[in-house]
Amino acid sequence: MEPLDIDLDEGELELPADPMHLNMGPSHPAMHGTVRIVLELSGETIVKADVQVGYLHRGFEKMCERGTWAQVFPYVDRLNYVSPMLNNVGYALAVEKLCGIAVPERCQWYRMALGELARISDHLTCNGAMAMELGAFTPFLWFVKAREMVWDILEEETGARLTHSFGRIGGMANPPTADFKAMCGMAVGKILGLVEEGEKMLLKNRIFIDRLQNVGPISGAEAVSLGWTGPCLRSTGIAYDIRKAHPYLKYDEVDFDVPVGTRGDTLDRFLCRLGEIRQSKRIIEQCIERMPDEGPINSDDPRVVLPGKTDVYTTIEGTIQHFKLIMEGAKVPAGEVYSYTEGGNGELGYYLVSDGSGTPYRVRIRPPCFQITGGLHRLIEGRMLADIVPTFGALNMIGGECDH
Amino acid sequence: MSQLVLDKLKARFGAAILATHSDFGDDTALVEPAQWKAISTFLREDPDLDFDLPVDLCGVDYPSRGAAGRTEVVMHLYSIGKKHRIRLKARVGDEDMDGAELESVTSIWPGMNWLERETWDMSGVRFVGHPDLRRILMYPEFEGHALQKTYPADRIQPLVPYRTEEEAGVPLEKQAPFGPDEGMAFGRTANNISRAEVD
Amino acid sequence: MGDVNRTLALDASEQGYATTRVDALLGWARKYSLFAYPFVTACCGMEFMALTSPRFDLARFGAEAPRFSPRQSDLLWVVGTISQRQAPVLKRIYEQMMAPKYVLAFGTCASSGGFYDNYTTVAGIDKIIPTDVYIPGCPPRPEAVMDGLMLLQDRIARNERRPGIVKPRFDPVQAASGLVQLRRSAKDPSEVLPAIQQEEAKTKALREGGS
Ligand code: SF4
Repeated sequence: MEPLDIDLDEGELELPADPMHLNMGPSHPAMHGTVRIVLELSGETIVKADVQVGYLHRGFEKMCERGTWAQVFPYVDRLNYVSPMLNNVGYALAVEKLCGIAVPERCQWYRMALGELARISDHLTCNGAMAMELGAFTPFLWFVKAREMVWDILEEETGARLTHSFGRIGGMANPPTADFKAMCGMAVGKILGLVEEGEKMLLKNRIFIDRLQNVGPISGAEAVSLGWTGPCLRSTGIAYDIRKAHPYLKYDEVDFDVPVGTRGDTLDRFLCRLGEIRQSKRIIEQCIERMPDEGPINSDDPRVVLPGKTDVYTTIEGTIQHFKLIMEGAKVPAGEVYSYTEGGNGELGYYLVSDGSGTPYRVRIRPPCFQITGGLHRLIEGRMLADIVPTFGALNMIGGECDH
Repeated sequence: MSQLVLDKLKARFGAAILATHSDFGDDTALVEPAQWKAISTFLREDPDLDFDLPVDLCGVDYPSRGAAGRTEVVMHLYSIGKKHRIRLKARVGDEDMDGAELESVTSIWPGMNWLERETWDMSGVRFVGHPDLRRILMYPEFEGHALQKTYPADRIQPLVPYRTEEEAGVPLEKQAPFGPDEGMAFGRTANNISRAEVD
Repeated sequence: MGDVNRTLALDASEQGYATTRVDALLGWARKYSLFAYPFVTACCGMEFMALTSPRFDLARFGAEAPRFSPRQSDLLWVVGTISQRQAPVLKRIYEQMMAPKYVLAFGTCASSGGFYDNYTTVAGIDKIIPTDVYIPGCPPRPEAVMDGLMLLQDRIARNERRPGIVKPRFDPVQAASGLVQLRRSAKDPSEVLPAIQQEEAKTKALREGGS
């Protein structure tokens, strides 16, 4: 082994003049999600960053072309796996747009309530994970605890903690359970309590604020030209929220605000998400107040909706219809459609092409965080190495969605 | 509301707009591939249209179209200020995807950068003038374009050699009854052609 | 550690009994100080997060300490889908780990590829690296993961390296009488049950005989 301390005359040690190349990821502790960043550093300043995604490419779009329209639901669950319910609802709405069916009112309220629960879980995870990566472990534990409460409700409703596959074309798999409203009513308050506790710890912490404030700022116009949507865009002050701009379901009937930031930096993104948790709580409260207790949950269109179990077992028409829907899939009229909803990260779009058969011809998802991650290099170039962690954390890159 | 967009396009570009429709309320224009960039620039810069948000770009493969333009490149745009959308389509390439090229619009919307790379990677459409047209989702060693209908869904191209069966202690090949058509919807085969077409 | 191990083992083997004891001792020691390297890629990572959270608290099993350097860790959690592109990374991390090393496949994707049977995914990490315990589920519930961890610890303690699979707590075989009979030919459940149990016992005997 070489001696550790070499006696050097002054000026003898030559420092490298070339920029240093550093490879971050794809398995890096601070990179939840799998992304690789090849950095060119000058000292600790990033000169050039090449963000590489695709480490979690699972061929979602190809897989969709193999099954029936209904078999896509399990796959969409695993796109944005922090808020699967929003993806479910988004996809269901897209197919319904193509089929031209509307779901009953009760289902719309139900979808909204579940979707907002999922949004809470999404934002909790994002903010919690970002705080954890900056070393604040306790708020993470609280946020995860709050998330468990959300998941408990979702599990009670759908049977699965994370991957629900609960949406159906023309409705939902099951009507709300009898306790749904009570559970929601109880949980949202508690969740908000936990969020407030965690928030107090973080936002009164000088170190935390210093690491977020003025880190990775972006102007509104630039964010738009990059194709950003969702909380990341809203943090720059542009209040583009699909729930307000193009209301779907019953979003035009509920009362909520769109939190926006001013500077478009990491702190604003963090605060926007916290603000949205509060708004989601408001929406949920209105949903459970206005959701009818009785009434059908599925549309009665026999082309796409499975017949009731008693019909299947007792009538020949029911059996045949069931068989056809399961084996051949619901026949979706030929055509193309683009349907968009507000996902956890922004505009979640589905572009569907149908050739009139029971199998999708093409399912294209527009994942919001793909373009957001595409803009990451703009935020970190010229900054310090350590700024990557909060900046990346606040963009909420979700591997499954970003990499398709 | 946004018939305006299509009208303006038709007035300005005339014959380059091959077809339009507004099914399901989505305004769509099928355009001449050669005019792709000019139309995009117009959509971005016309103050009445002002499409500032690049929403999406993807390719849809229609092998049966053959020479008439096998891949359809589909672009979605949105205007935050005017609240309208448009879908722009262009058909490129022949049966072997020769000449599947479009002019890059990355200089108009920086957000199109990754989307164009993705479309190249998945559908095999080249974007001329793109600053850095590399694969994005797949690795550079990957051959072919996965979302073309002719690419078999289960053809893998491993980067690391698999362990041998003795080492792994498990069979590495698919066991019966699982075959290439496993999981396919009734009446379909693995290459997403209907069985009727095969027979 | 390596040296100590060998000397003791040699000494002991002459006396004919101590080898196992040292192994057992080591196994016991290893069992409760698993330093984990979470190789988290996909949706299962959400459940992994939940697992470290207060409610499920992985720390109870002495396996909560994550080490993000493969050289310091001895348990590799493969959490989520491994794509072909990710495979070289996984293999390299595995090779960098120091023996004894254990691999835990978390979720169906890591175990077998799950329902992503296509051009881009590796159909199970055992195609690339040896795997000790498979935890099925998409994603597995945290309880199942704990079962898997305990199974692994049990194997470590017994120094057994054959792969194990986490079974459902609720064994459908035991509940055969409660299942709906789909086929007419199936006899009365009470008749079928003994046969199934016999079959079970046979497999069990085989399994134990082997180990
Ligand atoms: S097993 Fe299921 S939940 Fe886990 S990574 Fe695979 S798809 Fe996701």
